[in-house]
Amino acid sequence: MTNVKEKGPEVTLTPPVDAGNGLKTQEMVINMGPQHPSTHGVLRMELTLNGEIVTRAVPHIGYLHRCFEKHSEAMNDYNKVVPYVDRMDYVAAMNNELGYAIAMERLMDIQVNDRVEFIRVIMAELQRIASHLLAIGTFGLDIGAFTPFLYCFIEREKILDIFEKASGARLLYNYIWIGGLMNDVPADFKSDTAAFVKSFRPKIKELNDLLSHNKIFIDRTANVGVLPDKVAINYGVSGPSLRGSGVKWDLRKDDPYSIYDRFEFDVIAGQGEMGTVGDCWDRYIVRVWEMEESLKIIEQALDQMPDEGDVQEAIPKKIRPPAGEIYCRTETPRGELGYYIISDKSTTPFRVKARAPSFVNLSVLPAISIGAMVADMVAIIGSIDIVLGEVDR
Amino acid sequence: MKTAEELHRILTDKFGEELFELKQDVPVAPWIIVKAEQIREVSKFLRDEPGLRFDSLMCLSGVHYPKENTLGLTYHLFSTSEKHKLTLKVIMPEDDAHLPTVEQIWKTADWHEREAFDMFGIRFDGHPDHRRILCPDDWEGYPLRKDYQVQEFYRGMKVEY
Repeated sequence: MTNVKEKGPEVTLTPPVDAGNGLKTQEMVINMGPQHPSTHGVLRMELTLNGEIVTRAVPHIGYLHRCFEKHSEAMNDYNKVVPYVDRMDYVAAMNNELGYAIAMERLMDIQVNDRVEFIRVIMAELQRIASHLLAIGTFGLDIGAFTPFLYCFIEREKILDIFEKASGARLLYNYIWIGGLMNDVPADFKSDTAAFVKSFRPKIKELNDLLSHNKIFIDRTANVGVLPDKVAINYGVSGPSLRGSGVKWDLRKDDPYSIYDRFEFDVIAGQGEMGTVGDCWDRYIVRVWEMEESLKIIEQALDQMPDEGDVQEAIPKKIRPPAGEIYCRTETPRGELGYYIISDKSTTPFRVKARAPSFVNLSVLPAISIGAMVADMVAIIGSIDIVLGEVDR
Repeated sequence: MKTAEELHRILTDKFGEELFELKQDVPVAPWIIVKAEQIREVSKFLRDEPGLRFDSLMCLSGVHYPKENTLGLTYHLFSTSEKHKLTLKVIMPEDDAHLPTVEQIWKTADWHEREAFDMFGIRFDGHPDHRRILCPDDWEGYPLRKDYQVQEFYRGMKVEY
C-alpha cells in the first residue's frame, strides 16, 4: 500500500561546514509568503538556501481554496456556475466564462449566431490585453519599476470601462452565458473599442521604451529562470510561459474554438533576444507582443461584426445536457483552461473540473528555480504570471 | 492523427484484448477504459511509441460514482506532434482506490494526482511527494466525494459557518 505523507516532506539540510574563522555555516530554510508582495496573492514558498542561492523550492498552495468544483455540484442549474468561474482567474473573467460557455455549448450541441461570436471574441481579446497589462505592470513592480505599473493601469481602466458599459461590472462580469450573452452591447461599443485600439497601439511602443529595453530590467530578467521547451511541455506548461520557451503553441491556432480561424494573427514565441530562450525576459516580451496581436484580432472583428442578431436567441430555457462528458480547452491569458464536465442528464452538474493554467504553470517553479538567487525568485514567480484564485480554485 | 478506434486496436494488439474497453456510443468523444494496474505501462507506451507520441497530459481528474460505489480517474491525453487526443479512464472500488502513478511519465500528473488524492482519496503508488495539496495536511475526509460530510471542528475552529 502506498505510503501517504500526512505532513510536508522532511527537509534534510547539509551538515554544518567550518567557515574557517571558527564559525560554522549551514543551509537555512526560510518561508517566502504567504503574505509577501511578490507572490501575487497567498502563495507560500519554502526555500532552502545556501547563502543566497536557492537549493530547493517547495510551493505550498491552497490558501485561497474554496472548492469551486463542489460549489458547482451544489448548483441546480448549469448557468449558476458562470459567476463561480469568474472568480477563478479574477483578472481574466471573460476568458473563463467563454471557456465554460463553449464547453457547455459543445456538450449540448448549441450553435450561436455570428453577432454573439464576434462580441465574445472582442471581449475575450480585450480581456487578454487587460490581463497582460496587469501581468506586465506587476512584473515590473516586482523588479522595482513602479512607473510602468501605473501606465499599464491607465490603459487597463479604459478596457474595464468598456466592460462596465456592456455588463455593468468591472471585474467579475457574468456576461457570457451558455448559448449567448447577458445582454447586447451598447450602441457606442464599436466606436469605444475602435477608439481604444487606436489610442492603445502607440502605448505599446511607449511601454517598450519605458520597461522592455530598460537596462536594469534586462539585467534582472535575462538569463534568469530559464525554462527549456522539453521541460515546459512535459510539465504541461501553456500560454505565454510556454511560448516564452520558443514553442509556437496557441490553442486559438492549434485547436481553434469559436471563430478564431477567421482571423489573421501571429503566434508570438520567445527568441532569446536578451539572453537564453525561455528566460524571464522572453516570457515577459511574449505578453507585450501578444497585446499587439490581440489588437489585430479586435480590429478585424470590429470590421466584420454583423449589426443584426439577437444575442439571446440560442439561450436554452432549461439547461439539461444529454448524459455524457466533455473536455474542452480554450486559451486564456495564462494558458490552457480546460473544463471537464460530466452530465448525468439532470439540471445539476455531476462533475465540473477546471484544469487551471496557473495551477499547472506553477508546478514547474521548483524545477526552474534551483540555483537562482532569492531576489531572482521574485522575478521568476512574476514572469510565470500566476493568479492564486485560479491555482487554488 | 488517429481515432479512438484505431488507438484502441493498437493498444489491444500490444497488451491484450481483455484489458481495454472502448466506449463509443457517447456524446462528443469516445473513451477507453484501462485496468488500474496497467495504467503506467500503457501510458509509457502511448508517450514513447512512434506514431502515437502522447507527450502532453492535458488533464487528470478524479470522479466519484456513488451509485456504483466506485471512483474513477480520467486522463485526457494529447499529442502535440500528431495532434490526436485520447481519453483514458480507470475505474476503482471506492474502499481500495489505488493505482500506479504516472508522475514520471508526465510531470503534469504530479500536482494533479496530489489533487485527486486530496479531493477523492485515490492513492498513487510510487508518487514521490504523496500528500494533500489544496486542503491542510491534517484535514479529514475527501471533499469531492458525493457523500462527504464536512468536519465540525478543525483545530478548535468551527468549520460550518
